[in-house]
Amino acid sequence: MSLNWQKILVPIIALVLLLLFWEWLVWYKGWRSFQMAAPSQLWPAYKRFEPLFWQYGWQTLWRTVLGLAIAVVVGTFLGMIMGLSRIMNDALYPILVGFNAIPKATVVPVLALMFIGQHDFNTVMMAVLISFFPIAVSVAIGLSTLEPEYRDILRSLGASRFTVFWKIALPKTLPEFFGALKVSATLAFIGTNLVEIITPHGRGLGHLFQSAQTNSDFPLMFAVLIALAALGIALYYVVVALEMVFAGWAVRRAS
Amino acid sequence: MGNLIEIKGVTHAYKTRTGPFPVLRDLNISIPEGSFCAVVGPSGCGKSTLTRLIAGLMFPDQGEVWLHGELVRSPRKTVGMAFQNPVLLEWRTILQNVMLPLEIVAPMMPRRQKEERARALLAMVGLEGFEGKRPSELSGGMRQRASLCRALVHKPDVIILDEPFGALDAFTREDLWQTMHQLRQKEPFTALLITHDLRESVYLGDQVVVLSGRPATTQYVMEVPIPGPRPLEMLYDTESVERLSVLRQQIRIAQGRDAHA
Repeated sequence: MSLNWQKILVPIIALVLLLLFWEWLVWYKGWRSFQMAAPSQLWPAYKRFEPLFWQYGWQTLWRTVLGLAIAVVVGTFLGMIMGLSRIMNDALYPILVGFNAIPKATVVPVLALMFIGQHDFNTVMMAVLISFFPIAVSVAIGLSTLEPEYRDILRSLGASRFTVFWKIALPKTLPEFFGALKVSATLAFIGTNLVEIITPHGRGLGHLFQSAQTNSDFPLMFAVLIALAALGIALYYVVVALEMVFAGWAVRRAS
Repeated sequence: MGNLIEIKGVTHAYKTRTGPFPVLRDLNISIPEGSFCAVVGPSGCGKSTLTRLIAGLMFPDQGEVWLHGELVRSPRKTVGMAFQNPVLLEWRTILQNVMLPLEIVAPMMPRRQKEERARALLAMVGLEGFEGKRPSELSGGMRQRASLCRALVHKPDVIILDEPFGALDAFTREDLWQTMHQLRQKEPFTALLITHDLRESVYLGDQVVVLSGRPATTQYVMEVPIPGPRPLEMLYDTESVERLSVLRQQIRIAQGRDAHA
């Protein structure tokens, strides 16, 4: 029982102490709202723009989730090709590594120029480009490291390659896949926000952040950051929930 | 009764960058229906290649593999396999793992029938009550028992055992040897066992085949005409001790340490 209290209370107390210190520091230094925000200013900043938070938050969220969904399809497909064919792996892997090494902020203006005015498309595209890589790599590794005995068990019964993939290779790859999906979910958020901030087009939380920055409105900037963090945490736990449903066997084994 | 497995003059080489790498040369093995053949030989002599040839997962450069009067040209539904690594699927329960071959071989069989068959086998090897457990919740010996059930569930003509007891501790291994004899009594099958353990080969085999070093050929065949189930004590009688000493000598020749005995 005492252990449970410790687990709940200690983090809360730590957080409260941190906020108190932050509040005190702003008060002590006499920073004003165009220099720095205090925690007590965040809630009022949110209330002032509440409808915008929900409207923009929704725009950021759906574009991130759509981008992530497409990244799952593209990444899984690439991973399958690379994991099942040695030649395709040799051909694609260097290209993917090279592409992944490009700082994604530089891709934003390229996309913006190529598809002028297609803001939703650009944003979703960016989320896809930044988040498919971990998924492709994890699926490829999961498939290519399948022990030959697993395959032989079914192949010796005359099972097709597809049956082996469906019954063994795919489920066996799920734990790695979900590990990558957690990383990708966070990355997809970075992708949407990059576009929303670098090429402002009046949509998404990134836009709200941008206009707050223009006005040196620190309370609003911090409120947006916290809203973004809340969205990221929510999406992360959706992935965790899916993992429990589809790969719970691996999670239980680890604990 | 005819021979269920007939391996005639099989020669095989793997193609490598530095040229062909011969593993089998003019190999001959005959296994009558219902009998248990143990194959021993120096490590790396091509024993696992032999299992893949019988399972139809690969084909010899020369020679023929016959199974049940048919030339093996492709994988068949009439083979069951078990390996040193039990390779159970972690996301399935033990029962679902044992049912796996039936899903491939007899997709039309009603689920209840599949389940009954799997449960009956699990009970035979002493895994009653563990049907709903995950593989990770079982000990190594229990996992290997489940793996044996999976190899037998679709009533294959032949089961191919590639060192299934190799990674177990000595006591568990002896338990499983006895389980094999009990299984054969209740559920007759033809088996080819690859092993490194001479005692295992004498205790389980109706015939013991010694392969020479690579490229492997049939060097020596010993019959062990003792009906099963055999008691473990059998391993310590004079006859068995003599057999073991002959086999040990043959292995030494196969390893090339003893030019002539």
